[in-house]
Amino acid sequence: MNKPSINTPIWDRERSNCKNRRERGAALANGREVAADDIIRLLETIIEPGDRVCIEGNNQKQADFLAKSLVKTDPALVRDLHLVQSVLALPEHVDLIEQGQVSLIDFSFSGQQAGRLATLVEQGRIKIGAIHTYLELFGRYFVDLTPKVALIAAQMADREGNLYTGPNTEDTPAIVEATAFKNGIVIAQVNEVVDKLPRVDIPADWVDFFVKAPTPHYIEPLFTRDPAQITEIQILMAMIAIKGLYAEYGITSLNHGIGFDTAAIELLLPTYAAELGLKGKICTHWALNPHPTLIPAIEAGFVQSVHSFGSEVGMENYIAARPDIFFVGQDGSMRSNRAFSQAAGHYACDLFIGSTLQIDMGGNSSTATKGRISGFGGAPNMGSDARGRRHASPAWLRAGREGRGSNSMPRGQKLVAQIVETSREHMQPAFVERLDAWDLAESAGMELPPVMIYGEDLTHIITEEGIAHLVRCQNPEEREQAIRGVAGYTQAGLARDKRMVENLRDRGIVQYPQDLGIDKRMATRDLLAARSIRDLVRASGGLYNPPNHFRNW
Amino acid sequence: MNSKTVNYFEASARTRITCLVDTDSFAEICPPHFRHTSPHLARLNAPVAFDDGVIVGRATVAGHSVLIASQEGKFNGGAVGEVHGAKLRGLMERALDERPVAVLLLVDSGGVRLHEANAGLIAISELMRAVLRTQAAGIPVFALIGGSCGAFGGMGIVSRLCAEVVISEQGRLGLSGPEVIETVKGVEEFDSRDRALVWRITGGKLRRAQGEATHLVDEDVHSFRSKTAQLLGAYAEEKLKPAGLAGLTEIQRQLAERTESYAEARDGRIIFQVSGFTDLEAVALMPIDAFNRQLGEAL
Amino acid sequence: MEQFVMIFTSTGRLTTSPTPRVCGVVSSGNLEVLVESGDAENSCRIDVSTPAEGFRDIWKAVLNDFVERQPVGGLHVTINDAGATPAVVSLRLDQAIDAFRSERP
Repeated sequence: MNKPSINTPIWDRERSNCKNRRERGAALANGREVAADDIIRLLETIIEPGDRVCIEGNNQKQADFLAKSLVKTDPALVRDLHLVQSVLALPEHVDLIEQGQVSLIDFSFSGQQAGRLATLVEQGRIKIGAIHTYLELFGRYFVDLTPKVALIAAQMADREGNLYTGPNTEDTPAIVEATAFKNGIVIAQVNEVVDKLPRVDIPADWVDFFVKAPTPHYIEPLFTRDPAQITEIQILMAMIAIKGLYAEYGITSLNHGIGFDTAAIELLLPTYAAELGLKGKICTHWALNPHPTLIPAIEAGFVQSVHSFGSEVGMENYIAARPDIFFVGQDGSMRSNRAFSQAAGHYACDLFIGSTLQIDMGGNSSTATKGRISGFGGAPNMGSDARGRRHASPAWLRAGREGRGSNSMPRGQKLVAQIVETSREHMQPAFVERLDAWDLAESAGMELPPVMIYGEDLTHIITEEGIAHLVRCQNPEEREQAIRGVAGYTQAGLARDKRMVENLRDRGIVQYPQDLGIDKRMATRDLLAARSIRDLVRASGGLYNPPNHFRNW
Repeated sequence: MNSKTVNYFEASARTRITCLVDTDSFAEICPPHFRHTSPHLARLNAPVAFDDGVIVGRATVAGHSVLIASQEGKFNGGAVGEVHGAKLRGLMERALDERPVAVLLLVDSGGVRLHEANAGLIAISELMRAVLRTQAAGIPVFALIGGSCGAFGGMGIVSRLCAEVVISEQGRLGLSGPEVIETVKGVEEFDSRDRALVWRITGGKLRRAQGEATHLVDEDVHSFRSKTAQLLGAYAEEKLKPAGLAGLTEIQRQLAERTESYAEARDGRIIFQVSGFTDLEAVALMPIDAFNRQLGEAL
Repeated sequence: MEQFVMIFTSTGRLTTSPTPRVCGVVSSGNLEVLVESGDAENSCRIDVSTPAEGFRDIWKAVLNDFVERQPVGGLHVTINDAGATPAVVSLRLDQAIDAFRSERP
């Protein structure tokens, strides 16, 4: 008979390690609370070389105090980190890499740090695991990229360590859930410590330590678009979108990307769309951040529901006063959740429409430019057909019939549209034969060119020239000519086969404004429901309180 | 075009004139097809404009004859170059011959055009002198301020020389612009991105409360027109007259007094407080007529 | 700045000799268009001054379509561009011609 193995399996190595870290940290804390002056020591005490660390940073809310503190840690102690976070937004995130404390990063979006990141990659000073979409990265938090240490941001903590994340809850639940339940350490920076929270967004026993930051965490007003900057061309495109796409398909559930093009659509709902009798027939249910430019449409009764990825600075009071529209807690403030809203955008919306920098002749679009690794964010989640979707809606079924033909298995399709002016200033074309993404992939050694929306998912392109119903094309040649047909005076547009485009027009695949009964001369700023930030404040009955740098009064 | 729906802030210099004056009454002097463009910009390989960013001419407003100039803030920030400045000064000189009821300056300018610094500086100083001469001859000059560039630098000074300063809430009036102050003195002195602060220091409501502006109007062109028409009526009937030397000396004395009494003021809020506004947060959102009423009661 | 002149044949004509009209403003991404009577009856002369160098073929395509779309015989059009897109160029050109028409007695 064999003796019992002396190597009895140990099933809680990670848990013990986590417990050790917690105990080491406890020496510096009073309960869960850590003084701001002790935070650098706490980080040095808890973080071990090679740790997977998430510094909560998404496109709005930033755990900026913790990021700054991490930069000040001793590189001999805090090193070989693997950053796993949705956005590499702060200069400090990149400083950490430059200081040699990070060896690997997995992320979604890099925004303003895109240029510095590209340089570091080309110099071989940092390795990128992968660039994800939001949902994809959150998914991996629960599979193979679970954070060991999560540095998060909340508005308030109570003495126990319960957290109130409030309107800008954003990524916090996804990060904390993955970390806290898989032997990780959660450290929160908060703006205030109070006796009683307005509501509990994150329970204390998921939180190991919290610290009151010397200054409130930074929130970027990322989704505020000043109507004063909307051009006549954008208004024309918005008219084409409303009449040629929204009304045509009866789109009720949707997501809008960031930008002036979609802001123009929002501001035309109470005017142009209402005149077309579309109130109640389109744009009733949204997965959308609380765009200030949506206020007039909400006030006009167009909108029934909005679920948000995050909040928007200045919209708090307005949202609180419209609980029938937004997702609001019993305390009266909004709750956002990026993971859920991304899932909603992917599975529960009939349309995604957004802007881009470049579209190729296959309909692939990208915002990548050489020398900048900017990543994806959430657009690819929403801008792709949800192949797992099983609930039907008229718009989805119609797109499915057009896209897959009537002979195949009945099935719907997500409407995915790009709205873009054919050229930017100084004649820079939006339509190209080859995306810059290929050059970027080569120079940065990426396995995939960073394509935001793949051509096979794209059903519509809207430009100032008109709309291309790509979903109605029978073959790749027709698709290409439909794209060229709305590409205007770009080289790609001038290279179109005029006869073929005329044929596509006859069949309603390419539609110019006159084909849609749109008088271009109507496209003036008078059509906008609000022409300034001040108008938005008025429309909100004084509830919208714009950030100071958007004011001109 | 309906002047009630045309937003003064947004409108182009030409649209402002069209909406402000009596229909079809405007006759342009040095119109675009004369092509009096800036030789300096051309030499610097920069885009030029046919009117060099200012439109001048004669018109009537509510039947009163005026000479009128309108600066285009979107062309180089409405900045005054050599040609631009010569058109303005020429208009003032013409006023001495034609004796209109008033000269209207639709100011939308950051001051001197840096591309043509010396020529621009000379032009501005000539313009200041011309405004004073015109008013000394009994012809008032009105500054109308409500464009995106406001009235800064030399044009801020020119505006303050005018008998009437009609401003909207969006309008701004000052000497050094907020960005300039921040660059020179640092962000602690003036955070130009804090636009609420910028407007509390230079904006229409503050300038009206201080008395730097004589009238505060709504932001549509119609409001500018009706206030202008009302003032023209008063000057035509000689109920109002541009200040003479004695009047100017008195204003100078009051300004010196004000400098002393507000020496410690760091923010426009104190001006509103002294003017009798109790809820300082509400001032920014207060409708114009309510603001004017409040001021009337306080004054 | 790149400057060039293009002359197009155009038989369409506005009825009377128009007063010169200007449309648009020289600001970033925008342009001004001056329309006045030209010298030759059946042609339209267009002068372009633009900071975006090397796009003459695109200008030609944009202006060609404009000439085909509008009765511009006998007109002289001058453009001061400040980096406008083709869409904005077309829009301003049409607005300038519309402004002309509204001037007819």
